[in-house]
Amino acid sequence: MNGLTGAYVPGDSPLHRLPAGAKLAGLAALCTVLVLLRAPVAMAVAALVVGVLFAVSGVGAAAAWAQVRPVRWFAVALFVMQVVFADLPSAITSVSRVVLAVALAGLVTLTTRTVAMMAFLERCLSPARWVGLDPFRLSLLLSLTIRSVPVMADLATRVREAQRARGVEWSVRAFAVPLVVSALRHADALGEALSARGLDDHDEGTGHAAP
Amino acid sequence: MPKFNLGNGFPTGDIARIAVFAALIAALGLPGTLNAFGNAVPITLQTFGVMLAGTILGSWRAAVAVAVLLVLVAAGLPLLAGGRGGLGVFVGPSAGFLLGWLPGAAVTGWIVERGGHHPSVVRLVVACVAGGIGVIYLVGLPVQALVSGISLGKAALLSLTFLPGDLIKAVLASIVTRGTQRAYPDAVPAVHRERLRAGKEG
Repeated sequence: MNGLTGAYVPGDSPLHRLPAGAKLAGLAALCTVLVLLRAPVAMAVAALVVGVLFAVSGVGAAAAWAQVRPVRWFAVALFVMQVVFADLPSAITSVSRVVLAVALAGLVTLTTRTVAMMAFLERCLSPARWVGLDPFRLSLLLSLTIRSVPVMADLATRVREAQRARGVEWSVRAFAVPLVVSALRHADALGEALSARGLDDHDEGTGHAAP
Repeated sequence: MPKFNLGNGFPTGDIARIAVFAALIAALGLPGTLNAFGNAVPITLQTFGVMLAGTILGSWRAAVAVAVLLVLVAAGLPLLAGGRGGLGVFVGPSAGFLLGWLPGAAVTGWIVERGGHHPSVVRLVVACVAGGIGVIYLVGLPVQALVSGISLGKAALLSLTFLPGDLIKAVLASIVTRGTQRAYPDAVPAVHRERLRAGKEG
């Protein structure tokens, strides 16, 4: 895997400087407008606005394309289907709506540091404390997950090699059962290790684990 | 004791399981880590991971695991199949299928939890099909129709190609869950809950 880095492109544009919350609110507003627009002419204007925003951000064409690329086949299928079942104007509107929304969302991702976005989302999730997930546990959960991704990827590779050695390469069962059992063993050992360090006694007020 | 902790709703053992399963779903989407049938069929196994989270973690833990993964994806980490991530996936045509993972995993877990200590294979298949396919499509199709401005029927037509693969994944997830729960009894949600309760009393 190519490292756990986000798609953030460093820069100093006005878009980079906007706080994450403001950008998300703007994205929600613009996506709502996109859903409401009907005429191809309106879509052309919207495309122009999105183009200007990308130009202002200065993220470059390659980064922009990387954000839109995942929906390219869907866009083609949608276009063909709309031309066949409806007409050309609605095909243009449908496809540009999807592509522009994805491009805008991609723009927010490209101009916002992963850390800043994570901090904002964590703040949004703070009501989770009412079901026992206080801010401390929430950050622990998020950071533990990030840490566990390479561990699980590594585990999957090792199980796969063992599977190859046993000559049962085509069996999903021979791959997934050992993988899931190992993942559970790992998780439960991790849970006990955390528990042994007194994390169950963590008090919300102190901000760190009680001794 | 934390002030707002309803009956210690989040013991560290749960946090570890949730984090590891969220990471497992992410790892199942990494290229090169695995392909379902040798290298012949390039299908993503992430919904398979969502089903497994449901059958093994139980309803609410599975939903939290999915939520954690989606939060990290929204923050920009490339944790979805094919290294996708960022906010684009939440406004794109498949946004609903992604958000559907949340109730999907919860429903799968709920059905398995009703099966007690030895959920049957039939129950596991029903759980994976109802939660992992039914609920996910139920959320996914209307969102796809709304985002692309097409009718629900056309959205269903576009998604029809994924149905056979998803059915295979549901059956596989059930078989794998059965195998896992035989090898590791604590992988049954009901058994795990009982052990946690016993541990607290002891």
